[in-house]
Amino acid sequence: MSAPAPPAVISDLRERIQRLEGSIARRRTVLPFGIREIDRVLPGGGLAVGSLHEVAGGGNGAIDGAAAALFAAGIAARTRGKVLWCVTKPDLFAPAIAQAGLPPDRVIYVEAGDEKSILACFEEGLRHPGLGAVVAEVARLSMTASRRLQLAAETSGSIGIAIRRWRRQTEAVDFGQPTASVTRWRVSVLPSTPLPVPGIGRARWQLELIRCRGAESADFEVEGCDDEGRLALPSNVVYRSSQKEIGRRRTSA
Amino acid sequence: MRAADTAAIAAGLRIGMPATKAQALVKDLIVNDADPQGDAEALDRLALWALRRYAPIVAPDPPDGLVVDTTGADHLHGGESAMLTDMVKRLAAAGFAARAAIADSWGAAHALARFVAGPVIVVPPAGNANAIMRLPIAALRLPADMVDSLRKLGLDRILDLVAKPRAPLALRFGPELGRRLDQAMGRLSEPIDPIRPPDITEVRRMFGEPIGAAETIARYTGKLVGELCDVLETRSLGARRLDLLLHRVDNRIETIRIGTALPLRDTKRLTRLLTDKIETIDPGFGIELMRLAATIAEPLVARQTISSLIETPEADVSDLIDTLSNRVGEERLYRMAPMASDVPERSVRRVAPTAPESGEGWPRHWPRPARLLPVPEPIETVALLPDHPPVTFIWRGIRRRVKRADGPERIFGEWWRRDAELIAVRDYFQVEDEAGERYWIYRAGDGEDLTTGSHRWFLHGIFG
Repeated sequence: MSAPAPPAVISDLRERIQRLEGSIARRRTVLPFGIREIDRVLPGGGLAVGSLHEVAGGGNGAIDGAAAALFAAGIAARTRGKVLWCVTKPDLFAPAIAQAGLPPDRVIYVEAGDEKSILACFEEGLRHPGLGAVVAEVARLSMTASRRLQLAAETSGSIGIAIRRWRRQTEAVDFGQPTASVTRWRVSVLPSTPLPVPGIGRARWQLELIRCRGAESADFEVEGCDDEGRLALPSNVVYRSSQKEIGRRRTSA
Repeated sequence: MRAADTAAIAAGLRIGMPATKAQALVKDLIVNDADPQGDAEALDRLALWALRRYAPIVAPDPPDGLVVDTTGADHLHGGESAMLTDMVKRLAAAGFAARAAIADSWGAAHALARFVAGPVIVVPPAGNANAIMRLPIAALRLPADMVDSLRKLGLDRILDLVAKPRAPLALRFGPELGRRLDQAMGRLSEPIDPIRPPDITEVRRMFGEPIGAAETIARYTGKLVGELCDVLETRSLGARRLDLLLHRVDNRIETIRIGTALPLRDTKRLTRLLTDKIETIDPGFGIELMRLAATIAEPLVARQTISSLIETPEADVSDLIDTLSNRVGEERLYRMAPMASDVPERSVRRVAPTAPESGEGWPRHWPRPARLLPVPEPIETVALLPDHPPVTFIWRGIRRRVKRADGPERIFGEWWRRDAELIAVRDYFQVEDEAGERYWIYRAGDGEDLTTGSHRWFLHGIFG
């Protein structure tokens, strides 16, 4: 479960660097995914609490951000306390968020008019010590804005998740720009888990850790959130051949 | 005769007519004695209602109007025209036929509300002069005999009056005419003396020397909030709405209004909410009087907090809710709550973020998409009727091949809502294309009987 213990010299150096950064007073806590393969990659064995994380969808997900929203909801579901969700377009469907483990009583939505006020609401939420997680759907995130958000998250200790969601596919190249967030994820949909019968199985995602402060990037194939917000690794043991084509199904039906 | 309803006007009665003549014209006419005192009191009550609901500066405009300074208050109600519509609707629900107008000056708004609005009109900034030019002179709030004599001179509309040289008119009719004209055009300021409820909790501070710097205003705001909280405490009240009125030396009043989700008596939090908005006010040449009033106050009694050692109290987020709702507007901050309906778009409703937690949820056994399109979008499909999912479909110009599908989930119309839904049916399918993208599509109708729906296909949501 835990990462291999670094040599004493390195941990000493890390401590000194942290002291220089002025963040030694805080005990770094993490929120583990509960999946060995993912937690092993992340420093400290999980998603850092009190910091900003970025999530974007891949392909069409860059526009609709559906999988990214569920991924964020799954993380938020595993925190304690209320969750603030800042949106510009109210197209999030609350029953789906509830199915990802985040009951409607825990989520407070803010509908901000424009990008500027959404960032202001996001920051205000991150400064508040009583929230478990703050999620915001933003398109543009500059270095300055993200640094403010990161500092706000450090003061309160809640998780900030910026769901990057653009109007057009071409604007998604913005995701390459550097920001001050601690991790950066891309969630793309994959064909669902094959079932022995016609139908659609549990959702599968290609989860790419594009950037992570203090760790290597990595990618995983995971199964979508269950009703407690937990991801899972697909097991290959019960792998079966995929379902027959729809068109051919009716001959057997 | 002082007033008449629409039916009476339609029957040919006119205001100003002797009552006996009216009774002679219409059989069985219902005549009530005029009650100016009662009318004025009712108008005051309406003004207080508008004060609590819409804006900090409200005054009765007798005999039949209200004047509201909406500067900085409309965004909390979804914009100017939305606020007016809301106002007129609420008044109609209470039995008042109302018309409303927003303009740059009191005079213009007064004229437009009485002569143009049907039932609401919003004049864009600096559009005052154009909007009122074609109105009759009676719209200018002049005495009736002056309007009569102007009409005898051949001056019917405001535009005729503007074209005339001012000096001879002033000589003939006195300064009142020019003053009213300038007020309507917005060239002359006309302060509104706001109504104050008699039982309001209010503290005030006069300044010998006018103040103007933002820091100074913030400091005195803090002091006033402290005083107000002391007064509220003796009455065991908490503020739900606070109005800070800053009287400028040039007789204008700048206002800051804040609302709180729960009754509140915390000096620090209230000060923070008020000082957040200081940048919106313009101190002009200085502020000589500050008044802070708790426009809405509710009982707030001390409550015991959890003292158990093992129980950790749920963190209080009401201060965050207050900050955000004062920034983006109260109705933009909400929680979702379940509604007992199978129709997806009706299964959620918005509740206030401070509403009690119900612990309810939606049924878990059917998958629901993470994004629900506001309006289902029509798609072109190739599908076998009646109960198969499409083989391919075209959405937003892109053809997608369905690889896997699940369904149908049949949802029946809610016959108790509308007659059209009596036998309406939607068949929902979850489909997955070759890239793994999952969509929620439905067919209107059961696929056999055309009366249950058009058999057209729609895309309604996107799964994650």
